[in-house]
Amino acid sequence: MTALLEARHVTKIFGGGLFDRNVTVALEDFSMSIGDGEPTITAIVGESGSGKTTLARLLLGIASATKGEVLYRGKNVAKLSGAEHRQFLRDVQVVFQDPFEVYNPFYKVDHVLTAPVKEFGLAKSREEMYSLIEEALETVGLRPDETLGRHPHQLSGGQRQRVMVARALVLKPRVILADEPVSMIDASLRATVLASLQRLRQEFGISIVYITHDLTTAYQVSDSIVVLYRGSVAEVGDITPVVQDPKHPYTRLLIGSIPEADPDLPWSEEAAPALAGEKRGPAACKFADRCPSAMPKCLAETPKLYQTDEHRAAACFLYEEAPVLKADDMDRVFRIKGAMAGLTR
Amino acid sequence: MTASPSGNGRRPEVLRLEGLRMYYDTLQGPVKAVDDISFTLYAGERFGLAGESGSGKSSMALTIMRLIKPPARVVSGSIWLNGVDLLTLTDEEMRQRRLAEVSMVAQGSMNSLNPVARVRNMIRDALVNHDVKLSKAEFETKVRSLLAEVGLKPEVADMYPHELSGGMKQRVIIAIAISLSPKVIIADEPTSALDVVVQRHVMQTLRKVQADIGAAVILVGHDMGLMAQFVERLGIMYAGRLIEVSPVREIFARPRHPYTRLLISSLPSKKAKGEFRGIPGLPPSLLSLPTGCPFHPRCPESIDRCRSEVPTLREMQPDVWAACHLA
Repeated sequence: MTALLEARHVTKIFGGGLFDRNVTVALEDFSMSIGDGEPTITAIVGESGSGKTTLARLLLGIASATKGEVLYRGKNVAKLSGAEHRQFLRDVQVVFQDPFEVYNPFYKVDHVLTAPVKEFGLAKSREEMYSLIEEALETVGLRPDETLGRHPHQLSGGQRQRVMVARALVLKPRVILADEPVSMIDASLRATVLASLQRLRQEFGISIVYITHDLTTAYQVSDSIVVLYRGSVAEVGDITPVVQDPKHPYTRLLIGSIPEADPDLPWSEEAAPALAGEKRGPAACKFADRCPSAMPKCLAETPKLYQTDEHRAAACFLYEEAPVLKADDMDRVFRIKGAMAGLTR
Repeated sequence: MTASPSGNGRRPEVLRLEGLRMYYDTLQGPVKAVDDISFTLYAGERFGLAGESGSGKSSMALTIMRLIKPPARVVSGSIWLNGVDLLTLTDEEMRQRRLAEVSMVAQGSMNSLNPVARVRNMIRDALVNHDVKLSKAEFETKVRSLLAEVGLKPEVADMYPHELSGGMKQRVIIAIAISLSPKVIIADEPTSALDVVVQRHVMQTLRKVQADIGAAVILVGHDMGLMAQFVERLGIMYAGRLIEVSPVREIFARPRHPYTRLLISSLPSKKAKGEFRGIPGLPPSLLSLPTGCPFHPRCPESIDRCRSEVPTLREMQPDVWAACHLA
């Protein structure tokens, strides 16, 4: 069965022109498929520079891959026909990070909701258009009479972000990419946005790719997780084992850095890197210079993805006894089939 | 009425706010961003101010620094820093006290670094503007020691902001903020744009430097996790008012105000996966606050009295203050 959206061995390199020796590998040999089974929420987690936003841009077709390809219903997104491209624009929706910048302050919020309905001719009359919009607003927990007719500044950040989710929903998409949808919203309102994302999955069967640096919220909403470090997958699997018992030293660092809302659970001290400053080979593990468990081997070779347990794999030589997970078998590590991710070396 | 500990043997106070009110004048009337706030900050203390967007926490930070401009204006109250009411100073006297006695690490301040100046020159500007006379050699030593204090290598002095990562920039800001060893550092969401790993570095740096120079820190923010990790005492703000002030362990273990209780229970935790609990309703407009307690329309426990009478911040037990009729 063809996946709705699929990244196949995608690499994205910035720079590296004729006289440019500064090459940035933003994403390296990444494979993932979305929307070919049960709807899922997959978290893509990593720091700035991990390649998570590059991945979103590639999946949306607004950046092109240096190597590999992004497929929509089996066809390269860069080579879609006009009609296919319009269908792609409906099926794959996005919710961006900043709910303050996406609005034109001169228009009422209605504008962001009516524009896609008009563009795609989803309604024959004004009444039909508003009933579509009102239904979408209610789904994300907003009262249409308190939302429509207002200007963006009259809504809170959480409400604006939910309007963006409603906008995505109006088009009845198959996949929503949510790039840091709650990072600019107050903690007390985050819950409402995340809950509305979960409803979309449950009630409308929409798969969600939740891109974030926040492991705590990723844990709250997601079924599975891909941890990226400098463009490569560090750990991948079901969310619970990865968060509760991280295997990769980078995932451990990330989880240890979360400020727990409990004064009696102090931040752990960061373990010092074992081989800091040592000479790295070109194929060295990208995390080797920061890794408290680094071994000489890590400076010379690239670790493969080792399947440490049934629903998880980590790209770290600490687990090289475990079987190597090939990209084709990546589906195996997710308990809920549908989204699969991975990489081959 | 000040939220000050009644216990003896406390550290000396460095900053005291008394009945501070700061309003923004608008065509629709005054927006009461800081509404009768009183609290005391003790020497070397780490104090947190938490609240949602629009609760007045950043407005209060700016008011203490006297960095507000019309339509914002101080309506009443006083800000005592080392025995001097900042609100009575001339602009020049206040300018001299900024950085020297009270400095600020503002929200997103890493973007406020001068893009065409090397780090060394930015530190020099700060010192020169405060009439610090140093020989060239002394100045170099000062730059090195400031950078070392925040965990940066001496080479950073020759770099421009675009050569630094976000965490390094924020540490340069901290280095400048401590260059004149102020007694109070106001850190307004100092890590809001940083990744978790970098956030931990920056917060640990801030904690180390405040201990080294003996400064008190006011950490302003909405991340209760950071508050739990960093501060000793925590104040919760709602609609421009302080509604609870307690030692941080006490607040997390026994929140007295219903808003604080909801805020703490809405926090996602890696310990529990499951239901989301937000706080019902929305923060009130600061233009037209509800009568009585500003939280009563959202409060699951409100009684008739809450609709008519504004609760004052009372000391429930030594060091534990709450503004709720039911507490």
